Amino acid sequence: MVAMLEQENNAYPGEFSRIEKELAKVGSPALLRQRKAAIARFGEVGFPTTHDEEWRFTDVAPIAKAPLALPEIEDGVPPPEARSSLAGDGYRLSFVNGYRPVFEQQGAKLPTGVIVASLAEALVKHKDLVEPHLAHHARVDGSAFTALNTAFFRDGAFVHIPKGVVVSAPIHLQFLATTRPFAWQRRTLIVAGENSQATIVEGYDGADGNAYFTNAVTEVVALPGAVLDHYKVQREGKSAFHVGTMQVTMQRGSTFTSHGIALGGGLVRNDANAVLDAEGCTCTLNGLYLASGQQLIDNHTRIDHAKPNCVSHELYKGILDGKARGVFNGKIYVHPNAQKTDAKQTNKTLLLSDDAVINTKPQLEIYADDVKCMHGATIGPLDADSIFYLRSRGIGLAEARCLLTFAFANDIIRRIQVAPIRAQLEDVLLAAQHLPRGEEAP
Amino acid sequence: MLTIFNLHARVADKEILRGVNLKVKAGEVHAIMGKNGSGKSTLAGVLAGRDAFEVTEGDVLFEDKNLLDMDPEERAREGLFMAFQYPVEIPGVSNSYFLKAALNATRKHRGLPELDAMEFLTLVKEKLKLIHIDEDLLKRPVNEGFSGGEKKRNEIFQMAVLEPKLAILDETDSGLDIDTIKTVADGVNAMRSKDRAMVVITHYQRLLNFIVPDKVHVLLDGRIVKSGGKELALELENKGYEWLETEAQATT
Repeated sequence: MVAMLEQENNAYPGEFSRIEKELAKVGSPALLRQRKAAIARFGEVGFPTTHDEEWRFTDVAPIAKAPLALPEIEDGVPPPEARSSLAGDGYRLSFVNGYRPVFEQQGAKLPTGVIVASLAEALVKHKDLVEPHLAHHARVDGSAFTALNTAFFRDGAFVHIPKGVVVSAPIHLQFLATTRPFAWQRRTLIVAGENSQATIVEGYDGADGNAYFTNAVTEVVALPGAVLDHYKVQREGKSAFHVGTMQVTMQRGSTFTSHGIALGGGLVRNDANAVLDAEGCTCTLNGLYLASGQQLIDNHTRIDHAKPNCVSHELYKGILDGKARGVFNGKIYVHPNAQKTDAKQTNKTLLLSDDAVINTKPQLEIYADDVKCMHGATIGPLDADSIFYLRSRGIGLAEARCLLTFAFANDIIRRIQVAPIRAQLEDVLLAAQHLPRGEEAP
Repeated sequence: MLTIFNLHARVADKEILRGVNLKVKAGEVHAIMGKNGSGKSTLAGVLAGRDAFEVTEGDVLFEDKNLLDMDPEERAREGLFMAFQYPVEIPGVSNSYFLKAALNATRKHRGLPELDAMEFLTLVKEKLKLIHIDEDLLKRPVNEGFSGGEKKRNEIFQMAVLEPKLAILDETDSGLDIDTIKTVADGVNAMRSKDRAMVVITHYQRLLNFIVPDKVHVLLDGRIVKSGGKELALELENKGYEWLETEAQATT
């Protein structure tokens, strides 16, 4: 039975007690202990407020107050119309509302040993691969939202790439919510074995309409020498709340590149955190977000250079229109022994309207002395001279603005290796003015 | 093709153009010379349709249509082309994408079918040969990292692709060495035709050794004070602008 939660903080611990037996069925007693610690933690701190430094510009009271319920697992298989077809070769695990995930593939089969499966099932079948990592990287004392997710998730995605295996086609994890007023706890664990290579795309989609809440936690472990390309494409409904936390642990010589694309949602907060816990790691965090109307999109990143000789690059670009609000806070933390750290953070925001607002803050704490750390931020409207130049060649004002906005975003778009994602973004940015895309994109 | 009648214009509160008159016919190349502060940039800016310049009196007719009433993109689509003195860099937009969008906007305005990628590439390759520019220009973002000479040559290349009726070259020679000036001039000359008119705005005479004008006008204090054939440019080269200033003062 699904109970509508009473408002605010008190409801969740109560709900946990009510459904504890159900939750205990997923995973082992160890996981249940973690869940109990998580809900206890949530009970202590509750939802953050704007008095918390990390949430200063992002008021999550609407999420706390929203009349949402915790969903149950839906029996059966989701209707096929609910999902779009796979674009190109690859693998996809689809989560439609509360249904168990459905796996599809197109092209070559998954190499032997690669697991792309339900997390609930993996907790039984592949316990030894899951338990050492699940909830050990994204700590419940880190964030109230992580605590909630750990306490309440019923299922999720588990991806395991064995040692030395290369998966050429992308692995898609697709989370789709229809607009019933639920608080979806989406959980993902990705373990990339030594010297493995893979591309993983997390997609979050929902329709406009009533408010719902997606609380997503993704843990990524990159073992030595692993090369992982990661994408998160968020296109939730206009009234939706989306809070996403990604926690990455990198081991020796691993390479992790993530592109966070935020297009939808009414209130959005992403935390992308990476701990470079061994020498020779290369971590790249790219972000592109588009906000208009009354949207709020908040990106927080944190890169921990815990060991020497690592490289990190961050490039976040935001395009704000209407009365949208953007927030960017990029932390780089260089530990005392992390000599020869090379860290670069760049954050650029394009303001297309007078009412759009961006709050941006770099935060560098550097405790080693032989390092190279740079940060830079720019904020501004489209360049008037560039607009005039395009118009002087016959390109109309609206098309000129559209083209220059695309050019701004293209810095990120052209780095995307998964063609359907690029095409989707080109569409979003160019189609309104009938400007050509595809091979012809600027 | 172009008639400028008693044009007065100002920037902020300063009056710069004080009654410019000019008539340019198809097939003609006119040079407008003047020293700094004479109003050359203002004239170019008014013709291009820049916001900063306010027209206080006078008319400009382009092919019998009121040019001053048109938006910048409309002027371009009607067949006016301005080669800028300081072309802007546009990172993230390739030369080929930009030109194709511009060309198709003009074609659409004239009721012509738009060109697809293949058709455009074929046309553009011809023009690259005409202006002696390398094909890899097409993929590069507009003017990004271009030297001064490369930017000016890109302006002429754009002119070749867009095939305007009237081309205004705003100090195309500024900042260029003699060899580059010659290359740019070759491109301009390749575009001369009986159906096309050009207005070459310049400070120095030497560009006009390569782009030989039919008529030369001297702009002084916001007015054209003297017009003549190409010999007038040489006279200026030898005597300097002060000669005309004295002459102008004597007549007032």
